[in-house]
Amino acid sequence: MARFLRLVVLLGLVAAAAGWFLSAPRPVDPARFDGLTGTAERGALIFAAAGCRGCHVAPGDKDEGPAVLAGGYHIKSPFGTFISPNISPSPAGIGGWSVADLGNALMAGVSPQGRHYYPALPYTSYIHMAPQDVADLKAYLDSLPPSDVASQAHEIGFPFTIRRGLGLWKLLNLKPDWVLAEAGTDSLKRGRYLVEAVAHCGECHTPRDVMGGLDRSRWMMGAPNPSGKGNIPAIHPSQLSWSAEDIAYYLETGFTPDYDSAGGQMVEVIRGMSQLPPQDRAAIAAYLKALP
Amino acid sequence: MKIRFTLALGLAFAGALTTTTLADGHGNKAAMAAVQARQATMDLYAFNLGILGAMAKGAVDYDADAAKAAATNLAALSSMNQMAMWPPGSDTDAMGDATRALPAIWAADSKVFEAGMAMATATGALAEVAGDGLDALRGGIGAVGKSCGGCHDTYRQPK
Repeated sequence: MARFLRLVVLLGLVAAAAGWFLSAPRPVDPARFDGLTGTAERGALIFAAAGCRGCHVAPGDKDEGPAVLAGGYHIKSPFGTFISPNISPSPAGIGGWSVADLGNALMAGVSPQGRHYYPALPYTSYIHMAPQDVADLKAYLDSLPPSDVASQAHEIGFPFTIRRGLGLWKLLNLKPDWVLAEAGTDSLKRGRYLVEAVAHCGECHTPRDVMGGLDRSRWMMGAPNPSGKGNIPAIHPSQLSWSAEDIAYYLETGFTPDYDSAGGQMVEVIRGMSQLPPQDRAAIAAYLKALP
Repeated sequence: MKIRFTLALGLAFAGALTTTTLADGHGNKAAMAAVQARQATMDLYAFNLGILGAMAKGAVDYDADAAKAAATNLAALSSMNQMAMWPPGSDTDAMGDATRALPAIWAADSKVFEAGMAMATATGALAEVAGDGLDALRGGIGAVGKSCGGCHDTYRQPK
């Protein structure tokens, strides 16, 4: 009996050690950011495509000028409410961060202190980002006005308060492979990069499993609205009859083929998309039409 | 002219938000009529935008007269006195699926007044340039689309 108990304790320790090892935060290889210099003008387009404003300006801030990224946006989820942090260039935000720090946050969900971020920051999409785009984005973020508003703590309960557990979540959900495995043309590759990585469209348009991970088998098939009532529509070609031109025009102006206009969070998305070059919007449309 | 026009529009919105109330009994019927009137207005926006959008997209050839007419209609529609169309109690709380107008429209911190003025400004600017060529039309219609979002981001129930 004592031997059996010893075995149980031993197995428990082995499992705990394995769990501790597997759940460790894994930053991006720092060499990927070596020697990169960012350009703010290029970063402004990454910022627009990613819609950073949408979650990181103070709620209700519709100012047209340079974004004050004070944070405070609430994302309600079955696991609790996540509150977006200050990401302005100030001590209360990301002041003093290196390009690698930003890259680790976006592409690996790891903070400069080596802790896991919650996936409310869509690093499962940003994992595909090009390091040069991270450097450009960093240059643009550094050009924005600082805000000294303190970031608020997330409103989540046990066991989700244990950040270490996110390491196991990442093993399941933080994957380097594309959903659209084959992208035969430059336009499709660009569209895939914008949709699956930077613009993180799947984060709202794809339903999630019980663990809160994106269900890639139902990619772009629509999902409940994370910020309130109603549903985020399906944009998979089996569900959306719009032409590629219709999609591109919607991203430019917000007008649907019936000349209804975009609503809810999509208004902010289109504000960003409308700033991109026309060929980027066409690439997004081509990607959406090409989904199997 | 423009100042008087925006002022009138402002007063119309203010009036709609503060003075109109619905009597019992007639309430539902009157509120439903108001909902139908504003949805009909939205349809008229969409119809005229459709003419302009088809040209902007390149689906039909640019026609200066038709563009000018549609954009002038849009500007006229946006400057209409909508006071009676937005009575308190004609929101999603009171009327369920009959409307997507959220109660926030009538809240103290509502920004629909500014959003309505922004739309009047954008459609007015479009009406002035829509007959000047396809590029001018394309440039002006983007601002109109943006002004639609001014209300549809926070004040309309998502489907």
